[in-house]
Amino acid sequence: MLFSITVNNRKITAEKGETILSALNRNGINIPTLCRMKDFTPTGACRLCVVEVEGRENLVTACSEPVEEWMNIRTHSPRVIKARKTIVELLLSKHPDECLFCINNLDCELQRLAAELNIRERRIKGRKIKPGIDQSGHSIVKELSKCVLCGRCVRVCEELVTVSTLDFINRGQKTRVGTSMNQDLNFTSCINCGQCVNVCPTGALHVKQNITEVQEYLSNHDYLKVVQYSPMVPLAVAEELGIKAPKDIDRILNGILKKIGFNKVFLTGTGTDIMIEALAEEILKRTDATDQSPLFVSACPAWVKYAEQSLHDELENLSKLKPPQQITGSLIKTILSKQLGIKPQQIYSVSVTPCTAMKFEARRDSMMTKGICDVDSVLTVRELVKLIRLYGIDVSGTEGEAADEPLNVRSALSVLAEVSGGITESIVRKIFFRLTGKDADRKMFRNIRSGGSFREAEFAPGGRKIAVAVVDGLSGLPRLYQSIASGRKYHIVEVMVCPGGCVNGAGLQVCMSKEDLKNRVKQIYQTEESDILQIETFSRHLADFRGKYLDKDELLKDKKILHTYFSKRDVLL
Amino acid sequence: MKKNEKATDAIISRYKAGRRDDLIPLLQEIQEETGYLSEEAIRKVGKLMGLSTTKIYGLATFYDQFRFTPRGKYHLVVCNGTSCYLNGAGAIVGKIKEELGIEPGETTRDGKFSYELSSCMGGCMHGPILVVNGKYNLKLKPEHVQSIIDMLRKESEKL
Amino acid sequence: MENIKKFLIDRVLLFEHEILPDETEKVLKKIRREKYEHPVIYISSGTGSVISGAESTYIAAKSYFSSRNSEAQIINTGCSGPLNFEPFICIQLPGKNKLFFRNITEEKVEPLLDGVFHNDIPEEDIVGQKGSKDYGMWPGIPFIDEITFFAGQKRIVLGNCGCYDPESIEEYIARGGYRTFIKTIRNYTHSEVCDIIERSGLRGRSGGGYLTGAKWKSALNTSASSRYLICNAKESDPGAFVATTILESDPHRLIEGIAIAAYAIDATTAIIYLKAGTGIARKRITKALEQAREYGITGHNIFSSGFNLDIQIRTDPGAFVCGEETALIASLEGKRGMPRLKPPYPANYGLAGKPTVINNVETLMNVALIMENGPDWFRSIGTEKSKGTKIFSVSGKGRYTGVVEVEMGTTIRYIVEKIADGIRDGVKFKAVEIGGASGYFVDEASLDTVIDYEVMKEKGIGMGAGGFVIIDTSTCIVDFVKYYMEFIHNESCGKCIPCREGTARMFEILESVIRKPEREDSFTTLERFKGVMQLESIASVMKDASLCGLGQTAPNPFLSALEKFRDEFEEHIFDRKCRANVCRGLRTFVIDVEKCTGCTVCATRCPQNAIYGTRLQPFFIVEEKCSGCGICYEVCKFGAVIIK
Repeated sequence: MLFSITVNNRKITAEKGETILSALNRNGINIPTLCRMKDFTPTGACRLCVVEVEGRENLVTACSEPVEEWMNIRTHSPRVIKARKTIVELLLSKHPDECLFCINNLDCELQRLAAELNIRERRIKGRKIKPGIDQSGHSIVKELSKCVLCGRCVRVCEELVTVSTLDFINRGQKTRVGTSMNQDLNFTSCINCGQCVNVCPTGALHVKQNITEVQEYLSNHDYLKVVQYSPMVPLAVAEELGIKAPKDIDRILNGILKKIGFNKVFLTGTGTDIMIEALAEEILKRTDATDQSPLFVSACPAWVKYAEQSLHDELENLSKLKPPQQITGSLIKTILSKQLGIKPQQIYSVSVTPCTAMKFEARRDSMMTKGICDVDSVLTVRELVKLIRLYGIDVSGTEGEAADEPLNVRSALSVLAEVSGGITESIVRKIFFRLTGKDADRKMFRNIRSGGSFREAEFAPGGRKIAVAVVDGLSGLPRLYQSIASGRKYHIVEVMVCPGGCVNGAGLQVCMSKEDLKNRVKQIYQTEESDILQIETFSRHLADFRGKYLDKDELLKDKKILHTYFSKRDVLL
Repeated sequence: MKKNEKATDAIISRYKAGRRDDLIPLLQEIQEETGYLSEEAIRKVGKLMGLSTTKIYGLATFYDQFRFTPRGKYHLVVCNGTSCYLNGAGAIVGKIKEELGIEPGETTRDGKFSYELSSCMGGCMHGPILVVNGKYNLKLKPEHVQSIIDMLRKESEKL
Repeated sequence: MENIKKFLIDRVLLFEHEILPDETEKVLKKIRREKYEHPVIYISSGTGSVISGAESTYIAAKSYFSSRNSEAQIINTGCSGPLNFEPFICIQLPGKNKLFFRNITEEKVEPLLDGVFHNDIPEEDIVGQKGSKDYGMWPGIPFIDEITFFAGQKRIVLGNCGCYDPESIEEYIARGGYRTFIKTIRNYTHSEVCDIIERSGLRGRSGGGYLTGAKWKSALNTSASSRYLICNAKESDPGAFVATTILESDPHRLIEGIAIAAYAIDATTAIIYLKAGTGIARKRITKALEQAREYGITGHNIFSSGFNLDIQIRTDPGAFVCGEETALIASLEGKRGMPRLKPPYPANYGLAGKPTVINNVETLMNVALIMENGPDWFRSIGTEKSKGTKIFSVSGKGRYTGVVEVEMGTTIRYIVEKIADGIRDGVKFKAVEIGGASGYFVDEASLDTVIDYEVMKEKGIGMGAGGFVIIDTSTCIVDFVKYYMEFIHNESCGKCIPCREGTARMFEILESVIRKPEREDSFTTLERFKGVMQLESIASVMKDASLCGLGQTAPNPFLSALEKFRDEFEEHIFDRKCRANVCRGLRTFVIDVEKCTGCTVCATRCPQNAIYGTRLQPFFIVEEKCSGCGICYEVCKFGAVIIK
């Protein structure tokens, strides 16, 4: 039901049941918010969205109060502005004055609020608290003194990621966001997904930066500097730079990376293809055998850590194949060192990804070959963009270049790995191609491409039955287990921690709404469809590659190159 | 320590349903029995309730009652009610802090002392009040704190 | 025992007529010890009494009789008198009025009893007598309700306190207890009970002053499969002990009130939310509940009425903010006790999403009385809009401290001057702080304000939940406000910014006003002044924009202190003087050269090593090093250390 309410002496239309805030926003009236997150229930904690409602003694939070027909609202009266301003001033009173050095400088909600509310002096002085920096983790850094206790990270960790590593600790003035028994992040149940970083309005939670080490190696001539990037990266770089992605953005990115100083540029997608093919092989084997336990895809490093700490019984069902980044990494070092006659440790290998957990993944003991890391440093897309800016590279003036051999080609399918359900789709399509010689119709996969946090489907390639399940965000996990408990059997289970998949990774620019996310997903599917290396063509290429390297080389037959292991982790859950 | 673990298990077994609203009584019982909430106890309660231990730790730190280190051999409670404050309880707390070097809810390294503040005990005519292991010390002055602590230190050395 | 239970249930509780037959009354009199052939000693044994040594008094009294092989009953009761009378005991000799004695510590027991038995009443111990004016009267001894502290109180809710054995349900029933509850569930519908309470004009005693009956109705009228009644027995004020006293002295009437309230809103589960660390109160209410269960007062299908009631006890794990309704519910649900947005109100959506009524102890204590005596009786007490009585826990610097019940409409001055009997030790009265950490200061000028929700609100004073702290000129108002701010900045739940940061800033600013600065110049004075100016603006935003009542009322003590004692604040800021000599940072000590003997005691005791000198020569204090702790002042035997 529509009705009109008075706002700032003007009539606007409102809908019954909506909040004051949503009515205001729809009518183009902006008021600041801090603790609010779209698609979450309002908590009313920050009090920044307060408005004056005639007849009410106190100010009212617009984010939570439903509109009523009689309402006469003032959104920017002196009283309201004073309250908002004082609230932000209170936050600033003990906030460290380090904006210039802060990782979120110029990209900080608190900074923006202070500017919007025209705060130009430190009117209220507060006692500063200790920085409380926790950089024990490989992916996420926590800085207590910058925290404004809006509670977004706590809620995301609990409601979206469902791991609940973070919560409010203590009470009153001592309240802070912390972990169980105040442990450092690397000891906790944190799975490094970085969703908390994405919602943090300040620099209190941020991604661990590896730019400096990359820079150092880039200027060191004793090393061969190589880089790999995943299919999402070129699109995301364009998005981050604020330009419309040109058609040959992949090639341009190669050029940029070369300009930065990398000697060779490779594609993580090649690793993805190898993984998908191997997984398809394994599934085929499993459908032949009577083994009915599902195969859990282990490509999402956050999910792998989650399984290691929480699902000990499931570890044996986890695919032992390395994830794409690590496959590519280990191939780079093995093949290149042989080709060029240098030691593997002379190769400095960097990976650019949309994911924060991959920083952790690259540091795992099980991701080393003979004591040498498969990948030395992992940069997020946002770090890469910083590097591009740091080296003053003119993107539009950069000529496109091809990636370097031998990991220079990826299939269209490998792009799909960036979205939830994509790996499953690729495996099934691969099997279709193997058994029927033709690619499957994309329409078949509608059910696993979208539709909630738990999706399932059944396929019959060449008369075989393949049941798959996709868990899009850990909140879908209970439903998977309900389904398994009720007797359902799956051949493939794909779990992605970030809802939507890698397109929603914390290494990318934040998706402020579900619409943004949908757009990214759409972009991925479009890229896949328009890519020239469709399954048929690519299969030939991969066969070539296999023949040339994988099958011929004694070294590469070593299982450790492509395979890894998982072990139970004892953390305070 | 084994004894504490057994006691914890026994208490947990009485709360099999694992209902969230039993969480605080359960923690209270464990603390009453074992004197504090150990990491192990929190882990067990988390498992029972299907809750992350962070949630339990976050909850427990919200409330004054819960502690995460064993109580000291001598547990001091200072009444921090209004009347006691007006009669100088602030100085008593300051003195204890200075003497023991710990905050309320903590335990000294040697495990001898711990202290906490309580809300009004209702002994307003006798403030400030310091309770040592259940024994009331009334109308206290800061210098009494010194002698009480000295005495307790001596006593514990003798044992 | 079984027989008594059966007798009490059949012949008293379930007896149809209002007036009990004489033979029944005879038995009840015996249970009430009105006809008793041996001496009875009532020993007040609440927390306050135990602190003063009541336990030892009890043991001494026991051994007095056992060593003499004479029979007597010794009963532990709750507190009834002022705290400075503790251990407060009452002796009842057969056929005589009760005699009350003050400060009977263990060593006084023997001489006192010896004296009383030989008709020699020790004058310094006697307080007064209670009973009839003719038969059994002790000549020459005042009646207790005529003497200071007791006179002028209207003890209705506290009527039973200290009179009976709180651990005996038999005695409670013998005094007419639980008959009202049974009558209520037999004769009235749920909404009729709500009506009666609403008509009586009973308002919530926890400060807000909402009509209790209306709140109940709102819950009753919300359709739901179950409802909850919560008795908030966790006192929020840092200086209040009303609920504890009631739980210790009269747990059964509270249970009766809870049972009636639960019936009124059709709740089958009631929860008593106790304060942590109240050992005696907890013991007594637990025992009383067991007894009530045994007698079938609670349980399934109570006396075949079809009404079921389960009363549980939960202990507050220690958080002031859990006095706020939604925070209390969160705590009961096993969460951090953080308030949530309202609406929905608990009466519609509370514990486990069910309609929930939360009343405090004092409110519920009135319920059985109203049901027994009718709403009109209750309306006859108090003022036009505020009915009944109000209980305060009077503490601080008054001559008498303790739990006090006065009729609504009594002036604050009356409580201060007549009941608390003015200020101790000949110091001058300064103010009363009503309502604890979210309360207000009442100075001399507004002492004539009457206790009444509307009148007090008009004057900008809240009723509060029962804190009533009298302060004198030896109390520094800035330091006192700082105490409340320190308390509340630790007790804020930390959820909303105005309250969490506001209370912290206010505390820090107040601290800076009374702290000794690193250096003293015009700049620091300006900073302090600016700080206090900011305080007012922070306070107004906190009031306006905080999420819950805690944050909205947290600035009250500061604002009302600033309004009434502005000069004292200014003195602290500009003159660096604390007229009460409380603020350590502002105290400057010097040694009087004439008086100092050079004994070195002060120098050895100085924690800052700020005192220098040669033995047997006058010492001196280095001002820069001095922290103002005052130890030297206290330890100097010659009065040579003086405050400048």
